[in-house]
Amino acid sequence: MCDQTFVAITFGPCDSCSQNKPLMNIYLQNEPVNYCSLCVELMACQGLAKGETVSTLRAESENLKAKLEEERAKLHDVELHQVAEKVETLGQFVIKTRRTLKGHGNKVLCMDWCRDKRRMVSSSQVIMRSAAVCVLQEHAVTMPCTWVMACAYAPSGCVIACGGLDNKCSVYPLSLDKNENLAAKKKSVAMHTNYLSACSFTNSDMQLLTSSGDGTCALWDVESGQLLQSFHGHSADVLSLDLAPSETGNTFVSGGCDKKANVWDMRSGQNIQSFETHESDINSVKYYPSGDAFATGSDDATCRLYDLRADREVAIYSKESIIFGASSVDFSLSGRLLFAGYNDYNINVWDVLKGTRVAILFGHENRVSTVRVSPDGTAFCSGSWDNTLDFNPV
Amino acid sequence: MLLKMSSKMTRSDNITHARKTVQQLRVEACIERIKVSKASADLMRYCSEHAKYDPLLMGIPASENPFKDKKPCIIL
Repeated sequence: MCDQTFVAITFGPCDSCSQNKPLMNIYLQNEPVNYCSLCVELMACQGLAKGETVSTLRAESENLKAKLEEERAKLHDVELHQVAEKVETLGQFVIKTRRTLKGHGNKVLCMDWCRDKRRMVSSSQVIMRSAAVCVLQEHAVTMPCTWVMACAYAPSGCVIACGGLDNKCSVYPLSLDKNENLAAKKKSVAMHTNYLSACSFTNSDMQLLTSSGDGTCALWDVESGQLLQSFHGHSADVLSLDLAPSETGNTFVSGGCDKKANVWDMRSGQNIQSFETHESDINSVKYYPSGDAFATGSDDATCRLYDLRADREVAIYSKESIIFGASSVDFSLSGRLLFAGYNDYNINVWDVLKGTRVAILFGHENRVSTVRVSPDGTAFCSGSWDNTLDFNPV
Repeated sequence: MLLKMSSKMTRSDNITHARKTVQQLRVEACIERIKVSKASADLMRYCSEHAKYDPLLMGIPASENPFKDKKPCIIL
């Protein structure tokens, strides 16, 4: 590995760990680099199999973790809400529930909006929202799955994916014919070894990203059902995932019962960043509209905002009076508001920048399981274990 | 005998797991980070630039709102 080693006393940032230390000028594959002595030693030990025991590896990982915290802390020069003090305070947030859709036979566990902003799919039915006539029509199309914990609309709006306790994610083409038997056209795409907790199409109808109780996420080709990439790194059930918003983005974030939120590169399967500050299961993760941050909702009754470029948590949304877990979060279009549904039957609306609560929305008679803002930002929908969906337009 | 075998396997599993953790941490330690002040400023800038396009924040004038009740609505 090292072609030549020169011992020269220079002081500065190490090329490997970025700490200011006495450096050794060495050559790696004919390139001159400046490494501190710790990194040189680490590098030399990399290929070592003998003498490598669990305890030395553990010591190294503790070392690295401490170093990570140190690096992150160095850049923690200010809090987000302090910087946001100069931003105008939001006026009172008023929204009235316009439409409560009762009549679901079961708890509403999940829902998704179609990109055409008119349609929604929930864990039991497809719902059409028609602007011309100001009517919410329910397609008499029942999801032919037993316990649907995840559902998603394809970007084209022609296909729906859903799955749950059947450990699979299946894809159904939609048709306007109410009499059409959806179950007959079902196509199983994803296969996990435990329940499916979340699914999402990537930028096309052709690829599906899933997360599961088996602790993994996976990327599938819809047409062939082939596994394209799998993502290992969580040590417990993965409960939620969200794709980065950019068109060219190739990353997604996942949150799970191991209290960690992981950011992944879709192509390589590599876990790029990991955040572990929650004190309990992370139920929901959602990217900030710019893609530079993401929010999480957790059973520890807090929602948190993590900035990807600062590589740390930058805000906590919590109150002493809120003691129930947050099950679902979503941002408004500008990212200024964070809607979070809780197990105490309420939805809290937070000012993302200032960290304060802007409104509490009542209306459900059981846990709020899902909160989704429409793609055009003109409405949000909340689903609950009380078998209803509340549709709240501006 | 069985016990011995299983403890051996656990040991190598532990080493593999520990090694993976160390490699993962090395990857994470090397990423470039920016200051929170810069990250916060960027978040704030995004919010203010897009605030006027956010209906839930601003509200929409009744004339433009396609979902405003024009007549009694029904759920079919």
